[in-house]
Amino acid sequence: MRILVCAKQVPDTNEVRIDPVKGTMIREGVPSILNPDDANALEAALAIKDETPGTEVIVMTMGPPQASEMLRECLAMGADEAYLLSDRAFGGADTWATSATLAAGIKKIKKIDMVLAGRQAIDGDTAQVGSQIAQRLKMPVVTYVEDIKIEDQKAIVHRQMEDGYEVIEVEMPCLLTCVKELNDPRYMSIGGIMQAYEQPITTWNHEDIGLSPEACGLNASPTQVFRSFTPPAKGGGEMITGTTVSEIAGSLVSKLKEKHII
Amino acid sequence: MYFSEQNKMIRKLARDFAQKELTTEILDEVEESGKFPQEILDKMAKFGFFGIKIPKSLGGSGGDHMSYVICMEEFARVSGVASVYLSAPNSLAGGPLLLSGTDEQIEKYLKPIVTGKKKLAFALTEPGAGSDAGGMTTTAVDMGDYYLLNGRKTFITMAPLCDDAVIYAKTDMSKGTRGISAFIVDLKSPGVSLGKNERKMGLIGCATSDIIMEDVKVPKENRLGEVNKGFSNAMKTLDVGRLGVASQSIGVAQGALDEAIKYAKERKQFGKRIADFQAIGFMIADMATKLEAAKLLVYNAASLMDNKQNASKEASMAKFYAAEICNEICAKAVQIHGGYGYIKEYKVERMYRDCRVFTIYEGTSQVQQMVISGMLLKK
Repeated sequence: MRILVCAKQVPDTNEVRIDPVKGTMIREGVPSILNPDDANALEAALAIKDETPGTEVIVMTMGPPQASEMLRECLAMGADEAYLLSDRAFGGADTWATSATLAAGIKKIKKIDMVLAGRQAIDGDTAQVGSQIAQRLKMPVVTYVEDIKIEDQKAIVHRQMEDGYEVIEVEMPCLLTCVKELNDPRYMSIGGIMQAYEQPITTWNHEDIGLSPEACGLNASPTQVFRSFTPPAKGGGEMITGTTVSEIAGSLVSKLKEKHII
Repeated sequence: MYFSEQNKMIRKLARDFAQKELTTEILDEVEESGKFPQEILDKMAKFGFFGIKIPKSLGGSGGDHMSYVICMEEFARVSGVASVYLSAPNSLAGGPLLLSGTDEQIEKYLKPIVTGKKKLAFALTEPGAGSDAGGMTTTAVDMGDYYLLNGRKTFITMAPLCDDAVIYAKTDMSKGTRGISAFIVDLKSPGVSLGKNERKMGLIGCATSDIIMEDVKVPKENRLGEVNKGFSNAMKTLDVGRLGVASQSIGVAQGALDEAIKYAKERKQFGKRIADFQAIGFMIADMATKLEAAKLLVYNAASLMDNKQNASKEASMAKFYAAEICNEICAKAVQIHGGYGYIKEYKVERMYRDCRVFTIYEGTSQVQQMVISGMLLKK
């Protein structure tokens, strides 16, 4: 079985600050990490590999050259192969252009039984790329997967709902987008890290995956972000306390009067 | 400047592992019970921490000395005692086997300690032979088919938890350090007994005891290395050991500095943060500067070892300085915490006790000074 995991290198949003004037993220000095949901996708693939020897786990990302660092972390966790789709022509891509690029990369790899992606990336939170790749590859897709079992050529998965889950049987090849409840991603290992730097990372540009510059990146992006901003911080609320209801109501009314609301 | 890309990633892994696994609750429990959780040791083995710089062909991960230093540093930053467990297979337990082990000995003893299935102690010190290892009185007499060992080893780290020990004993009483040989002794052999668990000041959670040998028969194939060459095996092992204690020292010192900075920014007296008093600010500047200097000494020694250069002097300098300033930094961290630093709920209390042995074990500061001055003055 061959499983391809789509991964993205993202800024660690726990450490991100927002420029109050420009409203954009200050990326300087912010460490880059493997997108958390993608780590769950990778763990799911590695867990299948642990149970079914002979399974190959392939990781693919689209990103700048420094994304190779994140791919090495995936190799250090136990992935077998890593592909980096990197080209200036891919720059400025929205979700539509990103999925076009990744789908073209996956098509070139061939013989993939299952594509796993994270539910969404913490920097954009769109949750669109996974489903779009499935559509382009004409694969069935199940989103929000929190449990996976493989039986013959089928995957039986739990799809997370707000108040429960759906059990869905899906034919392979298929694409699943994974949520954090699926598993607990493993650590890299020391030996894995040493080996990760001996393994090649295959880098492909637009020609390698057979896309014209017009079919990828900003050129192929129907949506464009024209402004991003942080909503102004709300002032802290005030809890009115008191021993009786009429006392609490009284102090509420006087506060509302004080502010000329009533 | 000293770190490769692998080194940086290993630091990320070690930091992540130490912070996630060694929680305050677990460390408090270790202090209370005196026992370190086996599950954490199993995990450390699983992710390769017990064979960091042991070659892949011998079951390890094939990393370098710098990777070992980094892991020690990141573990010690959170827990001194966890770093003792990390150190053993990479250093004092693995070292003698790596240096002199036959293929069979590597298979039987080194590989199981890398995978965490077995533990092995390093037994050099005796009640009357500490810094003066050559003055040992444990004897090993060649009886033809086996060696007969008699004597007492003292302060043996992890002895009560170990399956086997590398015991250094005199095979020729007339020759001092040139009459010492090394043996791998099964601690369950007839004639072997252990002293009581020592009640230590710090590094609680890793038992230490004496090993007593009375007419212990050790098979010939358990002699480690050549006859009368044991002292060199021990000293070479201790070169790497010094690097380990030096890394522990910068790790614990970093942990204490982190806590001191955090506390100085939170604690208010006279209407302002104590960090805003110059007396505290300058203490922190002093601590951080000395720590930085110690780190560079440690990284330099590791880098020399990785480049296959003689680093005996540099390892001694790193161990000497790092252990001394670690004690100074921990003492200051307690001082900055005031009364709270004297209370067990605050991490610096444990760090202050844990680090006290760093200037003592694996060669006291004074022995390091002898090594350093000896090398400088013999020319």
